[in-house]
Amino acid sequence: MEPQFDVLVIGGGVVGCAIARELTRTRWKVGLLEKNLDVAYEASGRNSAVLHGGFAYDPGTLKAKLCVEGNAEFDQVAEELDVPFKRTGKVLVGNTPEDMASLRRTLETGRINGARNLEIIDKERLHQLVPSVVGEFALWSPTSGIMDPFLYTVALAENAVQNGARFFFDAEVTAIRREDGIYHLTTKQGEFTSRWVINSAGLGCGKISDMLGIHGYSIRGSKGDYIILDKRVGPLLPMPVYPVPSNTHMGIHVTPTVDGNVTVGPNAEYVDDFDYYGVPATSIESLAESANTLWPCIRREDYIRNYSGILSKWVDADGTIHDFTIEMRPEAPNAVNLIGIESPGLTAALPIARYVINLIRQKADLPENPDFNPRRKGIVRFAEQSDEVKAQLIAQDPNYGELVCRCEKVTRAELLQAIHNPLGVHTMVAVKYRTRCMMGRCQGGYCQMRMAQMIEEELGLQPTDVLYNRPGSHPFTGRVREQ
Amino acid sequence: MKCENKDVVIVGGGPAGLAAAVKLHQLGVRDILVVEREKQPGGILRQCIHDGFGLTRFGETLSGPEYAQRFLSQAQQLGIEIVPDTTVLQVSGDRLVTTASRDGLAQYKAGAVVLAMGCRERTRGALAIPGERPTGVFTAGVAQAYMNLYNTMVGKRVVILGSGDIGLIMARRMTLEGAQVLGVYEIQPYANGLPRNIEQCLNDYHIPLHLSHTVTEIHGNARLTGVTVSAVDERCRPIPGTEERIDCDTLILSVGLLPENELSLDAGVLLDPRTRGAVVDQYMQTSVPGIFAAGNVLHVHDVVDFVSLEAEHLAEGVARYLAEGGLPRCESCVRAGAGVGHVLPHTVSGAEDVTLSLRVRTPMKNCVLEVRQDGRTVKKMKMRKALPAEMIQVPLKAEDLQEGADLEVSVQC
Repeated sequence: MEPQFDVLVIGGGVVGCAIARELTRTRWKVGLLEKNLDVAYEASGRNSAVLHGGFAYDPGTLKAKLCVEGNAEFDQVAEELDVPFKRTGKVLVGNTPEDMASLRRTLETGRINGARNLEIIDKERLHQLVPSVVGEFALWSPTSGIMDPFLYTVALAENAVQNGARFFFDAEVTAIRREDGIYHLTTKQGEFTSRWVINSAGLGCGKISDMLGIHGYSIRGSKGDYIILDKRVGPLLPMPVYPVPSNTHMGIHVTPTVDGNVTVGPNAEYVDDFDYYGVPATSIESLAESANTLWPCIRREDYIRNYSGILSKWVDADGTIHDFTIEMRPEAPNAVNLIGIESPGLTAALPIARYVINLIRQKADLPENPDFNPRRKGIVRFAEQSDEVKAQLIAQDPNYGELVCRCEKVTRAELLQAIHNPLGVHTMVAVKYRTRCMMGRCQGGYCQMRMAQMIEEELGLQPTDVLYNRPGSHPFTGRVREQ
Repeated sequence: MKCENKDVVIVGGGPAGLAAAVKLHQLGVRDILVVEREKQPGGILRQCIHDGFGLTRFGETLSGPEYAQRFLSQAQQLGIEIVPDTTVLQVSGDRLVTTASRDGLAQYKAGAVVLAMGCRERTRGALAIPGERPTGVFTAGVAQAYMNLYNTMVGKRVVILGSGDIGLIMARRMTLEGAQVLGVYEIQPYANGLPRNIEQCLNDYHIPLHLSHTVTEIHGNARLTGVTVSAVDERCRPIPGTEERIDCDTLILSVGLLPENELSLDAGVLLDPRTRGAVVDQYMQTSVPGIFAAGNVLHVHDVVDFVSLEAEHLAEGVARYLAEGGLPRCESCVRAGAGVGHVLPHTVSGAEDVTLSLRVRTPMKNCVLEVRQDGRTVKKMKMRKALPAEMIQVPLKAEDLQEGADLEVSVQC
């Protein structure tokens, strides 16, 4: 029997999408199975959105090596894939002699890892970099940066699809068996067959690993909560500001987003429910209190939303957190198993993908795809253009002159492109994250009806067919009056 | 880019913008442009299909669209230029207005600019209600728009948080369309909506109003499955042990409105942290000369009639500003004293009649409103009751005022 795919990637997070994209550099038939209705629905879209420098991980680990590699190449990656990215730099701020000792150790670790241009700076330099920060000195990492993790994952996925990969959503893998050298994967969308399987299931990596016959991984979810602040405060924070890191946690920090907001967080707590993203009131208070000691600009009136994310960690009974594990095991021939891919997985996604492909190369021939195109164009954002370019955009496409979202100044043209996206995903959140419509300070008060109506009209849906984000997330129960 | 001169550019074709336009025309100003982002003017009134509008302004009760149509018909008869489907991108401090539409970008150099953008709703994020983010949580105005403008039903078993007027209106509206409205929960010990809405939208339909209660958790990860409500103490903190879970598929938030002043801030207009609207003098002129504001963009009103009246008063100021090249200086500050939440205008000349608009902080009975200037009582009014939900208008005569001394308004029992 001829399988449908040469390789199936399980998981549409940033790492799965990066693997799919890198695999389309070969002639293999690539598929990706995602249980949610869009890519980046879990940890990849729910984090601090920081491009890490690579100084926070023990020397010799994959986390350190792949993070430094991912950091170094990201200007080119962002340019090729047309995703927002700013190499802002970042500071880790300290006050006490113990803090200084800790930052010196971090600097030394970073130097061994190959993180570039780290230095300890005094209070004066710190305040030149971030005038509003409270602290005596800092570790300054000029190569750190900020990005849009959702759009980055979308870009990787779209580039993969553009180069021939096929993506399937609402396709949670519930069973895996291997017969005559072919994997059979059971999902709601039917059975998929493939020669190779890659477990890039994030929080589900333990379950998939068990299905592959590789047992013994204790995967824990580490949940972190965040507050999002209004763009009003954005100008006060030119770069991420972190406290001195502890052994297990980077600490509650404040981070500017590429769109000009600020996020505050995360705390960290082990959770058993990998599907619950609620943020408790006590978290919101303690995040603000903690971060205000570092950056005293956090006021309740500037909260526009909160969110949380859950990192997938491989944790031993004694609490030891493992390095990224990327392996091929005799129990599961022709499978690559990725375990405990947590932070810095966003920064390291493409190096992880290449690492996976190099493992495959040890056992299989991967002929080059001569038609591979690494470049992908995103949706041109009206709000970010000069008046001249705005006028040109409207002249080319009058839909650019019709503003749908007043806060973020998103136009009908952008919504149309997002609704007809290359991945074929149709939730309101898919359109929201691709355009920023509904993401401003009014949180959809003006634009959400317009977005919902456009989705209905463009895709020929009834109100009851519209989904917000997950299966079952119907915003509407019907018509008020039948037409 | 095309650039035209206009005597007046009005940002927003809702009740404030339309009333200002008509009145300006009546006062002899002809070169007026009203910029409206929607396909049709009328603003939020378009979705307010209930009645009760116009009692003060027209002496009869009208629906929202009917009320808007009165002004719109007049504007059309007078030939006032209204450009729909056009969004103002920027207003500069020197009154250059940049717009976008399907026809392209355009700029207008305005003799005077009228800010009439209205307000928006406070959201769940601003309240920071904990819990998951299922669908089925709507602000009242959004639910109203879905139902009344988009023919879309948003839910069947409904809890309403906050007793603002739109929430009360939606309690009735959803009941009439077959939904079950389980109750309205208000964190304050008093209702925030108008007494007539409590009577006609809740009591008439046997919908309970629970004061000193709030929603403390939201349940469900796809569609809302329920909320937890708790009683709160006198400092509005939830009281442990009072939690009650209510199964519902819809939560409507009616927790306040915020003036929408993004364009004003770009123009350099100074805002009042209490009203979140512009600081204005008695002619409704903001801190930037030639830029005026009225209606809900200035402060959130209780009834639309006062929005129209305020905008008509603004028009007089604008006409005079254009004719005389400026307005009398207003150097006496008006302060909110004991019992008063906020008061407008912020400054007066002391040489002309002026009407103050104010709201009290808490409900009061048998109280006295007093306006004092320089230790002297300018005006004293006895009131049987005063509610935060209702705006109070206080006309002051020029002969009772002095120039150069500040005023203070208090309402006390």
